[in-house]
Amino acid sequence: MIRLEKRPEPSRAFALAAPVLAVVATMIAGGMLFAALGNDPVASIVTIFWEPLFGEFAFYYRPQLLIKGAPLVLIAIGLSLGFKAGIWNIGAEGQYIMGALFGAGVGLAFYPAATWYVFPLMVIAGAAGGWVWAMIPALLKVRFGTNEILVSLMLVYVAEQFLASMSLGLLRNPEGMGFPGSRNLQQYPSAYNADLIAGSGMHWGVVAALVAVIFGYVLLARHRLGFAIRVTGEAPRAARFSGVNPARLILFCLGTSGLLAGLAGLFEVSGPAGQVTIDFNVGYGFTAIIVAFLGRLHPVGILLAGGLMALTYIGGDIASSNLGLPAAAIQVFQGMLLFFLLAFDLFTNFRLRLGRTEAV
Amino acid sequence: MDLSAINPVLFIAGFLVAATPLIFAAIGELVVERTGVLNLGVEGMMIAGAICGFAVAVETGSPLAGFAAAAVGGAVISLLFAFLTQVMLANQVASGLALTLFGLGLSALLGQSYVGIKPPRLGDVDFGRLADIPVIGPVLLSHDLMLYAALALVITVWVVLKFTRLGLILRAVGENHDAAHALGYKVVRIRTAAIMFGGACAGLGGAYISLIRVPQWTEGMTAGVGWIALALVVFASWKPLRLLIGAYLFGGLVQLQLNLQAVGVAIPVEYLAMSPYVITIVVLVILSADKTAAPGSLGRNFHASS
Amino acid sequence: MKFTKLLTGATLALALAGTAMAQDKTKVGFVFVGPVGDGGWTYEHNQGRLALEEEFGDKVETVFVESVAEGPDATRVITDMALKGADLIFTTSFGYMDQTVEVAQKFPNVKFEHATGYKRADNVSTYSARFYEGRAIQGHIAGKMTKSNIVGYIGSYPIPEVIRGINSAFIHARKANPDVEFKIVWAYTWFDPAKEADAAKVLIEQGADVVLQHTDSTAPQAAAQEAGDVVTFGQASDMAQYAPFPRVSSIIDDWAPYYIARTKAVMDGTWTSTDTWDGIGPGMVAIGEITDAVPAEVKEEALALKEAIASGEYHPFTGPINKQDGTQWLADGEVADDGTLAGMNFFVEGITGDIPQ
Repeated sequence: MIRLEKRPEPSRAFALAAPVLAVVATMIAGGMLFAALGNDPVASIVTIFWEPLFGEFAFYYRPQLLIKGAPLVLIAIGLSLGFKAGIWNIGAEGQYIMGALFGAGVGLAFYPAATWYVFPLMVIAGAAGGWVWAMIPALLKVRFGTNEILVSLMLVYVAEQFLASMSLGLLRNPEGMGFPGSRNLQQYPSAYNADLIAGSGMHWGVVAALVAVIFGYVLLARHRLGFAIRVTGEAPRAARFSGVNPARLILFCLGTSGLLAGLAGLFEVSGPAGQVTIDFNVGYGFTAIIVAFLGRLHPVGILLAGGLMALTYIGGDIASSNLGLPAAAIQVFQGMLLFFLLAFDLFTNFRLRLGRTEAV
Repeated sequence: MDLSAINPVLFIAGFLVAATPLIFAAIGELVVERTGVLNLGVEGMMIAGAICGFAVAVETGSPLAGFAAAAVGGAVISLLFAFLTQVMLANQVASGLALTLFGLGLSALLGQSYVGIKPPRLGDVDFGRLADIPVIGPVLLSHDLMLYAALALVITVWVVLKFTRLGLILRAVGENHDAAHALGYKVVRIRTAAIMFGGACAGLGGAYISLIRVPQWTEGMTAGVGWIALALVVFASWKPLRLLIGAYLFGGLVQLQLNLQAVGVAIPVEYLAMSPYVITIVVLVILSADKTAAPGSLGRNFHASS
Repeated sequence: MKFTKLLTGATLALALAGTAMAQDKTKVGFVFVGPVGDGGWTYEHNQGRLALEEEFGDKVETVFVESVAEGPDATRVITDMALKGADLIFTTSFGYMDQTVEVAQKFPNVKFEHATGYKRADNVSTYSARFYEGRAIQGHIAGKMTKSNIVGYIGSYPIPEVIRGINSAFIHARKANPDVEFKIVWAYTWFDPAKEADAAKVLIEQGADVVLQHTDSTAPQAAAQEAGDVVTFGQASDMAQYAPFPRVSSIIDDWAPYYIARTKAVMDGTWTSTDTWDGIGPGMVAIGEITDAVPAEVKEEALALKEAIASGEYHPFTGPINKQDGTQWLADGEVADDGTLAGMNFFVEGITGDIPQ
């Protein structure tokens, strides 16, 4: 009989090895899938993982990795704080939308002013939009004990309807021939979140994501609040005895994750995306949840996981155009990657024991 | 504007049909959550059921065989989630999201050769002369078999959860898995069975969309119904009969909105569309006064030694 | 700034190299907004791509990426194709407009074609189809076929494209039958088959016995079939599986002739930036077979109307036409200009209900 035994200490070695094993396992299973679909498995895998980083056109893809990865990392860092403390914000998608709407709304209100303070105001508005949206589940949880998973999820749908309403109504581009969608902020210099070094992909959102990683790291490793978060997650009762104020922690964790998601939305709408449209949100808020787990809720891990996810998106599109892989196959491939990562994670905290079942 | 153009009989009959996929998916998820497992992969299981059901119905020419296949397909794909969360003790939120991603992709691959095909139709149940009763006939007795199956399923789940030993065990596992384990119940097995039941139900819901409600196969055709089902379970505060009311409310609001538009009432569609979610939040707040509403172990993993 | 120049220089060099390498083969890229299996908009564009491959065989190589989100993903996919030596790239969604123009600036030697937009450049053309011409024919058949005098119309979003279709259908339905009324329902989605089915059912319940749709799924066809005596028309694709009844005809997006012509132009070196808005005449809008469920004389009238539109003898928006509020839009014999049509945001006289804002 094989059975699981909890490790006294999580294994550091396995924490590092699990993602690598998962990627390898995904390559094997994914290769089989691609072969079954009639594609060359090796070429497909190489295209997805190698091409964006070291291929002929890597000079173009590498900046794109930053653009694709930054919102994921920024949102996931915020989420990881709450997840560590057992506070589940799964509505980052909604907070991302609200951040974008608030930010773009402020920017467009000043249109066509050419002043330096428009963009900073948009950043503040974007952060506030996400924060406000996250404070709804936070306050309901603190005041009434309402389940934050469900409230934050419900608010995603509400935010999506707001987005549709805004793209068709208030924020619609008056010069857009009646089509839905706002003005393009890329063509409005005071509001444009341009690359800091042109062509590098380094826009303010990437900077914010890197700052967030450092902030997350310092907070968790060095700060009292980080200690409170960890203790609450591992032993809620002990936390209370050691003087942690649970209400304040909930407000902090949900608020911070909302704020960062709002910022991600703002940087996206004012930079790479450029405009508010009905389909502005492409699922970063949900993917970020996965990224947070892949990075095992550790800031550096999240940075790497965000990069990995971005890689599969970009590599997937390349494989699609180079080799004719259907988009659905890429989706299945990503699903597999997550499954393997989640599954191998087990061995960080548990080990397999051969032997009889009734131990203890 | 002439509200009399809305025929209440047809209106009600209409939202009974609209609510059916929701009922299937939500009642399955309700059982899953009652055992303490939060499976966010409903959308993925639904779409898997939609294509399995569609493909088998087209190949065999029998819609009922299609529904059977949809249930099997949903249950099989849910096993992935069960394996991850019950055996490998992976996080349920992340596993559910991964399942949705996987299901959407897989169904699109399976469905490539089924685009643009018309599936065999499942006829309405023949109630004979009973169907001629005014009002009741057209509202209640003019539907297909699966619509009644959904209702029967809700009632069965209600009876089982409330009055049987099996229901007691399911609830015990959901309330406090450590205590249930101490009492000698096989927590992991019970939860796995519940997850598969949830998958089968979601599969039926998906097939109801692809075989009856629409009926056609298109990638991503469930278009978010699985997520609404999740909201519905909460709205119903994990109670089967309330779930029925909620499903009709959710389904009815869409119908009402379309009906009002058709008679020329200018309504802000987006705000009406967000109302079910806002109502759900309000219900959640009211419910949170009652600490017993949500299953105690919801979303937490169980391992015998931990 | 130096870095930018370097990068742009490198990109250009590579783009040129790519073009040079692929001399013998013309490489054509397609960016799709939905999956090729959507059975509607993207499906028809992909049919156009396949027709292109068939026409030119070895002389052409096509690549495509499906389900590309509008925004930075589109920019990346378009750039990727240009970098890899595509000579001509079709971007097939309105939401790719700014991205197409942006990438086109970096690749002056690559030709771009953007569907349904209005921004052009030296190497960016736009193309779209005059679907409203097909709507006129549908409107005529609808007006003749309805017994309840109620025609239902399922719109996606209230945008000029959809409003134009409603107006065109309504004008010709009224000409065929002065008593006809339109009931309009906005689904507020591009794609949600279940909701389209609901919308169709609601319209049928409220007395419509002809349902026109500006959404791409066959859900309304199935709803009509179940209701028994309701007439529908295929949209985007032929939807022939519902012929001969309820589907009595259809509007088909046929992009193949355009894709072939434009690729040919690139091969010959005669490509120039154009604004194409083609209808039935050039074959971009095809009218699916009118089935025998339509009485012979109505079918004849419909075909005559089609002929008149195709030859340019008749324009579906020819005055006198008033706006909904009764003010004059087109004087007797006046023909609508393309600018007004492109941005159409009003109903014509006789349609009840407001356009949602």
